[in-house]
Amino acid sequence: MELALQQALNGALLSVFYALMAVGFTLIFGVMGIVNLAHGELYMIGAYVVWLTYAQGILPFPVAILAGAGIVAGIGMGMERALFRPMRGKVLMGAMLSVGMIFILQVFVATTWHVGLMKNIPPAIKGSVTILGAIAPWQRLMVIPAAVALIGGLWFFLRRTKQGRSLRAVAQDPEAAALQGISIDRVGLIAMAIAAALAGAAGGLMGPIMRVDPYMGHSALIMALFVTIVGGLGSIEGAVIASLIYGFMIAFITAYFPQSIASPGTMAFIIGALLMFIVLAVRPRGILRRG
Amino acid sequence: MAKIKGGYLGLAILFAVMAAMPFALAEYRLTTMLMMLIWIIVAVSYRLLATTGEFSLGHVAVMAIGAYASGIMGRQMGMPFWISAPIGGLIAAGFAAATARPLFRMKGFYFLLGSFALGEAVRLCFRGFKFPFGGEGGYWYIPTPSIGSFTFDSTFSYFYLTLGVAAACLFVLYRIDQSRIGKAMVAIHSQDSVCESLGINILGYKTLAYIVASFFAGIAGALLAHYMTTASPPQFAIGNMLLVLVWVVVGGVNTFWGPIAGVFTLYSIQEQLRGVFVEYMPMFYGIILIVMVFALPGGLESLPARITEWRRARREKLAKVV
Repeated sequence: MELALQQALNGALLSVFYALMAVGFTLIFGVMGIVNLAHGELYMIGAYVVWLTYAQGILPFPVAILAGAGIVAGIGMGMERALFRPMRGKVLMGAMLSVGMIFILQVFVATTWHVGLMKNIPPAIKGSVTILGAIAPWQRLMVIPAAVALIGGLWFFLRRTKQGRSLRAVAQDPEAAALQGISIDRVGLIAMAIAAALAGAAGGLMGPIMRVDPYMGHSALIMALFVTIVGGLGSIEGAVIASLIYGFMIAFITAYFPQSIASPGTMAFIIGALLMFIVLAVRPRGILRRG
Repeated sequence: MAKIKGGYLGLAILFAVMAAMPFALAEYRLTTMLMMLIWIIVAVSYRLLATTGEFSLGHVAVMAIGAYASGIMGRQMGMPFWISAPIGGLIAAGFAAATARPLFRMKGFYFLLGSFALGEAVRLCFRGFKFPFGGEGGYWYIPTPSIGSFTFDSTFSYFYLTLGVAAACLFVLYRIDQSRIGKAMVAIHSQDSVCESLGINILGYKTLAYIVASFFAGIAGALLAHYMTTASPPQFAIGNMLLVLVWVVVGGVNTFWGPIAGVFTLYSIQEQLRGVFVEYMPMFYGIILIVMVFALPGGLESLPARITEWRRARREKLAKVV
C-alpha cells in the first residue's frame, strides 16, 4: 500500500513533467507545422541556468527558474527566426534543422561547463512530508502545483486572451487567420517563446531531482515525443491526458516489473515506445481524434 | 546504355582505390576506413528506403538486429561468419517484413516518428534483457571470421573482408537502383497518386525497399559486430542513427552516389579535425547539416549541376554586359 501510494506520487510528478514538455512541443507543431527535436536541449539549458545561478548562490530558486525560462525563451525565439520561419510547414526539413540544433546546443554546453563534473543542485525547500506512510520530499511535491499553474496559465492565455485566440486561429487555419489580419510570423514567434519557456521551466523544476548533464535532454525528448504522439500531434488536451497515462504507467512499471527478467526502467521505456507505435499504427492522429 | 556502364566503372574505380588504401595509410587510419566502408553500406541501403520518400529513424536498430543475430549464432552455435552474417541479414529482413504493415500505415513525418519508436524499442530490448543479449554491457566474445586455418584477426585482413562484402552489397544495390523496381521506387516518391493510378503497388514497393534495405543493414551490423567482437547497445544508439541521417541528407538521395559522397566527405573532414577538437565534432555536424538544408537542399550530389548552372548564368551575364 505504501509502495503503491509512493508510486502514485511519483506518477503524478512524472505526469506533470511530461505535460510541461509535451504541451510546448505540441504547441509548436500546431502553430508552425514544425517539430522541434531540440526541445529536450531547451529543457537541458533550463536546468543548467538554475545550476549556474541558484546552485552557485547567485539567485534564489524561483528567480533562477524564471531566469532559465527567460533565457531559453530567447534561444527559442532565435531558432524560430533563423531556422524554423523559412521552413514553416516543411516538417521533415524543419526536423533536420532541429537535429542540427541538438548537436550544436549539446556541444556548446558540454564544452563550456564540461561533462564529467557532478552538477548537484541542492533542494530549495528541505524536508519532507509523510502522507499515509509515503514519504514525499517538498522539493518533489512542489513541482506538481508549479507545473499545474504553468499549464493552467497557458490554457487561460489560449482561451481568454486575444493573443492566445490568434494562436489558436493560426493553428486551425493559417490562411484564414492571415486574412483576418493576424501576423503569422508574430504568432509563430510567440508560440515558440512559450514552448521554449515551458521547457526551460521544466528543466529548472526538475534540475534538483534529475542528474544535470548535457545529454539529459535525450530521455526528456523521447518521453515528450511518446506523449505528444499518443495525445495527437498538435492537441494540447490530448498531450495532457497522454502525459497522465504515461506518468502513472512509467511509475508503476518501474516499481513492479520483476528485476530478474529485465531492468524495470528500460522495460518502462520499451512499453512506452510500443504503446506509441501501436497508437501511431491504429490511430495516427492520436487518442482524441478520429481518422 | 553508356550511362549504366559508367556507373559500374565508377563502382570499380571506387573499390580499386579503396583496395590500395592499406598500403597508403597507417593502421589507425585503416580502422577508420574500415568503419567508413561499413557505414557506406548502411547509408546506401538507407537511401533505398529514402527514395520511396520515407525517412526512417530505425535503420540503425535494424542493423543491430543483424549484429546480435550473427554474433549470437557465431558464439552459441559455432556457426561460421559466412553463414551467420547472411542469416543475420535475413533475420533483419524478416523483422522488416513483420513490421512493414503497421509502419507503412504512417507517411512522411509520422513514419519518421513511428520508425523511431520501433527502433528505440528494439534497441532497448537489447539493453534490457540480460539473457540472451547481455544487457547494457553488450554481447561479448563474438568469434572472428576465418577460412580454414586463416583468421581475419588483423585490421589489414578484416579490411579486405569488409571491402569484399561492401563491393558485393553495393553491386547488388546498384543493380536494384538501375532496375525497373528502383525506378518505380523513385517514382513513388515524386508522384504517389499518379503512380497509384498507373497501377504501381505503392505499399508493395515500399515494403520491398524496407525489407531489402534492412537485409543490407543487417549484413553491415554483422560486419561491425564480428570486427569489434562485441555487439552493444551504444553502438546502435540514436546518435549514430542521426549521423547516418546527416550523411545521407548531406550527400543527397536522388542518385546512388549521394550517400557515398556524404559518408566519404564528412568522414574525411572528421578525420582531419580529429586531433584538433574531438569535442566539437557533433557541433560541426550540426552546422553542416543546417547549412546544407538551406544552401544546397539537393545534397552534395547536386553540386556539379549547380556549378554548371552558375557558370552558365555568369556567362550569360557577361555576354549581356558585352
